[in-house]
Amino acid sequence: MPKDNALNTSADTQRAVEQFLYQQAEILDDRRWDDWLELFTADGKYWMPVDPEQVTGERVPNIFYEDVYLMDMRIRRVEHPYAHSQMAGHRTSHTVSNVIIQSEDEATGDVVCTSRFHMVEYRLDDQRYFGGKYTHTLKKTEGGYRIQLQRVDIANVEGPFDFVMQVWL
Amino acid sequence: MPKDQNLDIGSLVEPDRVHKACYADEEVFEQELKNIFHKSWIYIGHESQVPNPGDYWTTWVGKERMIICRAEDGQVHVLYNRCPHRGALICNNLHGNSGNKKSFRCPYHAWQFAMDGSLRNLPMKEGYDGIIDLKDPQLQMRPAERQANYRGFIFASLSEDGPDLETWLGGGKVAFDDICNRSPEGEAEIVANCFRIIQHSNWKIFLENQLDAVHPSITHHSTGDAAADMQKVYKDKTGEDAPMGYQFLADFTLPFEKWDSLSTIGHPYGHNVLAGYMGLRPRDPVTIAHEEALTAVHGEERMDEILSTNVHHVLVYPCLSVQPPLQQLRAVRPLAANKTLTEIWHFKLKGAPEGIYDRSLAYYYHVNAPSTMVNADDLNNFRACQDGLELDGGGDWVSLHRNVGQDPVVDGVTTSVTGMSEQPMRNMFAAWQEYMTGGE
Repeated sequence: MPKDNALNTSADTQRAVEQFLYQQAEILDDRRWDDWLELFTADGKYWMPVDPEQVTGERVPNIFYEDVYLMDMRIRRVEHPYAHSQMAGHRTSHTVSNVIIQSEDEATGDVVCTSRFHMVEYRLDDQRYFGGKYTHTLKKTEGGYRIQLQRVDIANVEGPFDFVMQVWL
Repeated sequence: MPKDQNLDIGSLVEPDRVHKACYADEEVFEQELKNIFHKSWIYIGHESQVPNPGDYWTTWVGKERMIICRAEDGQVHVLYNRCPHRGALICNNLHGNSGNKKSFRCPYHAWQFAMDGSLRNLPMKEGYDGIIDLKDPQLQMRPAERQANYRGFIFASLSEDGPDLETWLGGGKVAFDDICNRSPEGEAEIVANCFRIIQHSNWKIFLENQLDAVHPSITHHSTGDAAADMQKVYKDKTGEDAPMGYQFLADFTLPFEKWDSLSTIGHPYGHNVLAGYMGLRPRDPVTIAHEEALTAVHGEERMDEILSTNVHHVLVYPCLSVQPPLQQLRAVRPLAANKTLTEIWHFKLKGAPEGIYDRSLAYYYHVNAPSTMVNADDLNNFRACQDGLELDGGGDWVSLHRNVGQDPVVDGVTTSVTGMSEQPMRNMFAAWQEYMTGGE
């Protein structure tokens, strides 16, 4: 039997974490980039490893491994008038589910949680489909949760990738 | 595009233009696999990709699916991925190890093969008694017709005839020499990760783009600008210079004049070299440590010669795009006239400072990862080219006129008169025509 962490976590925490994860998905789908950057702590990272067994993103290949500066650059690129592959634009729709709080620090309220997502992306008459697992390390602040690490393990991690991923999943 | 029964391959390439059928016609594509990919040397993998006995990776040579593997005696073999019994693929994973017995085992009837392809065992052998010797060549996994190793880089040819690898590589050898020479031990070691990306375009469009010096500041305008912006933001917020990766990207928006001042060199068999533009020898501690490591082995003069090699990009026609100073390699695997798989690798330099690897890794991430902000716009252009070339109307030819007739040729080697000359495209099509018409 898996450890039932949910029983050790208050309904309020469960609800707050779920709402936070739903919001981050909404922000991506709505392309509210300033709000996206606000979700992260100053040292926050977005990480998509090349292997589900990978334990660090440092000094090894990754699909995504971005601090807030690289994320800021990615936003500037997709919003640039000459981002040709964005001319047709693209639209995404996320669903987040299976939210499990893996641990909660009693002193700080910081949380590690896992969840599953599905995402469709529409661009140039084509629809692509992604699915995978989120692992979030969330810091509790006065303004609510902030992401210290968003790890994204996609199901099709080995590829081959049809085209590339222009923004975060 | 429907197969054109009247297509005359020899008439598709002119000195300053090529017919769109070269990119869009499935019959031409079939001929390319047969006459180019099954006749020339094709890059299979690096020997360090299969470090231990039993290790294997699978890949493509033209239409054929191949295995590179290491046997118990340490030898590297390139085999057809096909069971001689009923034809099943033997290795169905991208890579792995054949296990304790160091045998490939067919998943269908459990025929077992040594890593050199020889038949080791099979169930109920007596059914073959007096019928066929189990050592008969037709019961073995077949090796590639030819196999050769240049400084750790393994190539195969599916043709028994043709020039040897080194003769064929010729001026293209610099791709591998420049990688290996930058290592104080003279060797590269592959990082065991392959990014595989599908391009919805003809394989030649990718190769042509790699040495197209007109496109970067247009195609990558958005990414270059965003990187330059962030260099300022980073400095303002942290007081430090942004990591070198930002400079790699900001360089894409160099002015046209700068790109035009580069030069490309066209070698026989369609190989091409682009002289470098990136400042990869800054006076930072990493570069200085690298210089010291090379000087300790070779002395200062040779160190300087190695690090002054100013090659940004080498096309080994028809299968590779190599960026030696950043230790990147993209192998081209054509799947259809309008579909190409690229297998993207990077390397460590044995004995070089860790910081040198950080540069390679940064480039691998920014330019070659599936999240790349650079190739996003390239792939978009390739797809647009392919879609346009597949139209029946609107014109039949692709223009390669820029600086035609102006690039000086000495002993079969062409040096472009400007960086933007369409010399590399013309040189590749000259080789294409040679392969496709048998030199007639």
